[in-house]
Amino acid sequence: MLKVKVAKRRDGFALNAEFEAPAPGVVALFGRSGCGKTTTINIMSGLLAADSAYVELDGHVLTDTAAGISVPPEQRRIGYVFQDDRLFPHMSVLRNLRYGLKRTRAPQRTIAFDQIVSLLGLQSLLHRQPYQLSGGERQRVSLGRALLSQPALLLLDEPLAALDAARRDEVLPYLERLRDNLSIPMVYVSHQFDEVLQLATHVVLMDAGHVVAHGSLSEVSLVPQLRAIVGPDSVGAVVDGVVTGVDATCGMAELRVGSGSLNVGVTSVRIGERVRVQLLARDIILATEEPHGLSVRNRLRGVITSVVNDEDDARLVTVDVGGATVLSRVTRGAVEALGLRNGMSVWVLVKAVSTRGHAFRVGAG
Amino acid sequence: MHLTPAELDALRLSLSVAARSVLFSLPFAVAIAWLLTRGRFAGRWLLDAVVHLPLVLPPVAVGYVLLLVFGNNGPLGGWLRNNLGIQLAFTTAGAALATAVMAFPLMVRSIRLALENVDPGLEAAARTLGARPFDRFFTITLPLMMPGVIAGAVTAFAAGLGEFGAVITFVSNIPGITRTIPLALYTAIQSPGGDDQALRLAILSFVLGLIGLLLAELLARRTRHLLGR
Repeated sequence: MLKVKVAKRRDGFALNAEFEAPAPGVVALFGRSGCGKTTTINIMSGLLAADSAYVELDGHVLTDTAAGISVPPEQRRIGYVFQDDRLFPHMSVLRNLRYGLKRTRAPQRTIAFDQIVSLLGLQSLLHRQPYQLSGGERQRVSLGRALLSQPALLLLDEPLAALDAARRDEVLPYLERLRDNLSIPMVYVSHQFDEVLQLATHVVLMDAGHVVAHGSLSEVSLVPQLRAIVGPDSVGAVVDGVVTGVDATCGMAELRVGSGSLNVGVTSVRIGERVRVQLLARDIILATEEPHGLSVRNRLRGVITSVVNDEDDARLVTVDVGGATVLSRVTRGAVEALGLRNGMSVWVLVKAVSTRGHAFRVGAG
Repeated sequence: MHLTPAELDALRLSLSVAARSVLFSLPFAVAIAWLLTRGRFAGRWLLDAVVHLPLVLPPVAVGYVLLLVFGNNGPLGGWLRNNLGIQLAFTTAGAALATAVMAFPLMVRSIRLALENVDPGLEAAARTLGARPFDRFFTITLPLMMPGVIAGAVTAFAAGLGEFGAVITFVSNIPGITRTIPLALYTAIQSPGGDDQALRLAILSFVLGLIGLLLAELLARRTRHLLGR
């Protein structure tokens, strides 16, 4: 368990954030640039002094300003992957990787050098100097270096933000492998919702120095404040499901979601694995009676639990589909014509193809 | 050009004095540069001014102050001689001290510039990887400021080869002990018919200076390459 409470005031900006998160797991600190995410993890690492702070990891108090406790960063066993990789320019990749490792005590060494080199694909880079590496390679080395310092917690400050789209797609799978293969709790700072969707197990939503909401991705995806941060077109409920069938030729998989089933576009998954999919509110169609003769692959039966204003002429409708919740954006006219209201039974239609790029394997089940 | 025994003596002394002054003052220069860059204390501006004084004072004045303080009857000179058996006035070691004081600001400036260019983010990264303060300084900060340290040392060495005023005032002009190339040159100019001798020594100074500067450039390039720039 990770417990964090931080407060810091700095010319016109006030950070006042508090959250708890399960460990191990990947906690995403998500919010717009400048909302205090990086300040929060800097305080957690001990690199930045807070006005008041309490940081506890698995029962160990690392910072408690009230009690005058502040473990120096070099003794915290908190790994930090910076946005700019911060590789030591005067050392080879090998020496960079070993820097933290050499400074640990033998009994603490549970993450082996060879394991990290193979997980991150660093074998061919070991004898290069940092300036000879691409941006993606540098960030992989930086990840490896932090992990080899045998951290009890890994902080990642937008490790992909400095990379172009191609490099991001090159590094992301490695981050997934680390999540799935190592049981190190991670706190992942990001302002890209798709990264959060792909990696996080728990989300802390921040805005203007405050924690707006925290919980599982499914819970946080329903929070109204998210809209202002991700933009109206990225609003959509996140649902987790277990793979019950795979159609490899079409790149589709059937998921059990709540009491229903859902066909989504996701490749390279196996039966029994867990898949997470974001169903964008703008792509969800509602019907008051069971439709026939449509190309739409997915129809889920549900009950409307709320209808709220979204934009001037749109409404956001929340539907409980038996153990899972989805959001649908419809026009005000449609709400009136169909008489959509709380407690009403509806059919939720999801085009399978619209889920492509929004569905990710998140674990072995 | 064959060097006479007297010229060889002067050359040997110049090299020895310059080398000793650099070796002696380098650790202090690094420490002072660190204090002036990273230190947060009240008298920082005063320390900064004192360190830079030799740049603006007449070298003779610096030599005279050294004579007062480190002379055989001076407060520090007397103590050193009585307790440690070290005599500085009128010795080669004294020449090295005078040279070190004169070249000190040059060295501090160069090292300070290099230290200011070291990314504190790299030191923070080393911290999160478990490196304590001294460990961080010797594995990250010092290697990264090495180009500046080397440049400072070479500049101080080259300047030290030519130090005149402070040396002649503090340790006098004794052949084989304190008569370095510039002092020998001065002696030759003062002697009737010493023009040829003076020209030879001037050429020697010129060649030494050139070698020093080329060496500095070469070392700087080499370390920059090692740092991947």
